Amino acid sequence: MAHSFSATWSGDYRFLLTNLLLKDFRVRYRNMSLGFGWSVASPLVMMAVLTFIFTWIFPTGQPHFPAFVLCGLVPFNFFATSWVMGTVSLVGNAHLIKRTRFPREIIPVSTVLANCIHFAIQIALLLALVLLSGFSPSRNWLWIPVVAGFELVFVCGLAVMFSALDVYVRDMHYIVESANTVLFWMVPIFYSFTIIPERFHELYRFNPVAAVVMAFRNVLLDGRAPADTLLWRLAFVSSLTFGIGLLVFRGLKRRFYDYL
Amino acid sequence: MTSHPAIEFSGVSKMYSRSADRKLLRSHVEGWFGRKLRDPFYALRGVSFTLDHCQSVAVLGANGAGKSTLLSLVAGLSEPDEGTVRVNGRVAALLELGSGFHPDLTGIENVKLNASLLGLSRRRTEELLPHIVDFSGIAEFIHQPLRTYSSGMIMRLGFSVAVNVDPDILILDEVFAVGDQAFQARCHEKIIEFKKAGKTMLCVSHASATLHQLCDRALWLDHGQLVMDGPVDDVIAIYEGRVPR
Repeated sequence: MAHSFSATWSGDYRFLLTNLLLKDFRVRYRNMSLGFGWSVASPLVMMAVLTFIFTWIFPTGQPHFPAFVLCGLVPFNFFATSWVMGTVSLVGNAHLIKRTRFPREIIPVSTVLANCIHFAIQIALLLALVLLSGFSPSRNWLWIPVVAGFELVFVCGLAVMFSALDVYVRDMHYIVESANTVLFWMVPIFYSFTIIPERFHELYRFNPVAAVVMAFRNVLLDGRAPADTLLWRLAFVSSLTFGIGLLVFRGLKRRFYDYL
Repeated sequence: MTSHPAIEFSGVSKMYSRSADRKLLRSHVEGWFGRKLRDPFYALRGVSFTLDHCQSVAVLGANGAGKSTLLSLVAGLSEPDEGTVRVNGRVAALLELGSGFHPDLTGIENVKLNASLLGLSRRRTEELLPHIVDFSGIAEFIHQPLRTYSSGMIMRLGFSVAVNVDPDILILDEVFAVGDQAFQARCHEKIIEFKKAGKTMLCVSHASATLHQLCDRALWLDHGQLVMDGPVDDVIAIYEGRVPR
């Protein structure tokens, strides 16, 4: 069993990535009237609903609740959307995979990267809301891009891994969607980490999404840098996930053509 | 480059599982633990041949004989289960209509995406773009989304990309069926130019006149096995039953 090519793919990664990103945008937005407006509208609607519920129905007494909940929603939305879209990306691009030879890893990665523009817009929206709530910018805000970068690495790893699995087991994206529903409750989005009983802390400690949400709140609402242990753990779990994702992908990509 | 053959297959087999339940979890788990494919079906079985540079070869055979499987192995899209495949040179494949075009993108956008998938740099793509558009003869439609194209236009654009990116090996799978007379003539011209430049071509078509004209050699596949390999005229004559085997 062997396959040897004198010419391995040695193309222009930047150009390919640009074209794939442009394709994603064009396909998604050419037939939409609101376009990027959606990335502002959807978290605001969710924020309004959660604020209504937890201010008047189950009052939590959490100060600055809209900003507090948006700190949770923005990183969570990016994570959930990227994971689902990344998972279905290979199957969705089967027409490319079955006809051209190019590094397949670039498909899930570019899908996640295409989501970054929404993440950036939503972070801008979050910062605006934080300023409106009476906080002032600080040097600690520089942690936001760092923490968001770790989240990107983490979700890229998951997207790479699950996109490969999805080729073989097509119900993978239902699994991912269910996992996201569970995570919405298991990440401190509308509640604070401090109210979680001590014995459950371990459940949250190694969850990178929870870590990102906590880091966002540390920086924007508590006015301090995230804890070192949190950052190390986040960096470790994100890189590990990315590495495992690539390994799984490498192992599975041999038969992509046959299963797509 | 000339010291190695362009394409070398030795004892190549490709298997698929015939059972319809292959996407169920159980069959995967069994697969991971090394169980054999259930009810295997050979798409290709023990195929060996060598193609030198500047040969153009027709692949003949009934539907399901393994032609597309063979082309996918040459294009590096799938891997053999047994045997070795060696390919020397850059491959451009035009497999079925539209070769990875997206219906919502315009002609230009599709050309750029395709060129980058084939490994071309931004600069090279910008250089080639006018030639590709010009050769395709799509004219003002090039800025329209691909879903507004006729199948002939999509084929012309696909062919235009494949031949203009200057591959060493060109694979054409049933692409002549939809082009009009004028464009077919241009294709033929381009392919002859191609052969003169020392390139290799693999071609699947059910139109034997085209194959007579463009190819010098033919491979005949039947149920995944190579049953005949020789000059195109001889193979076609026997394949079409005019000469007894």
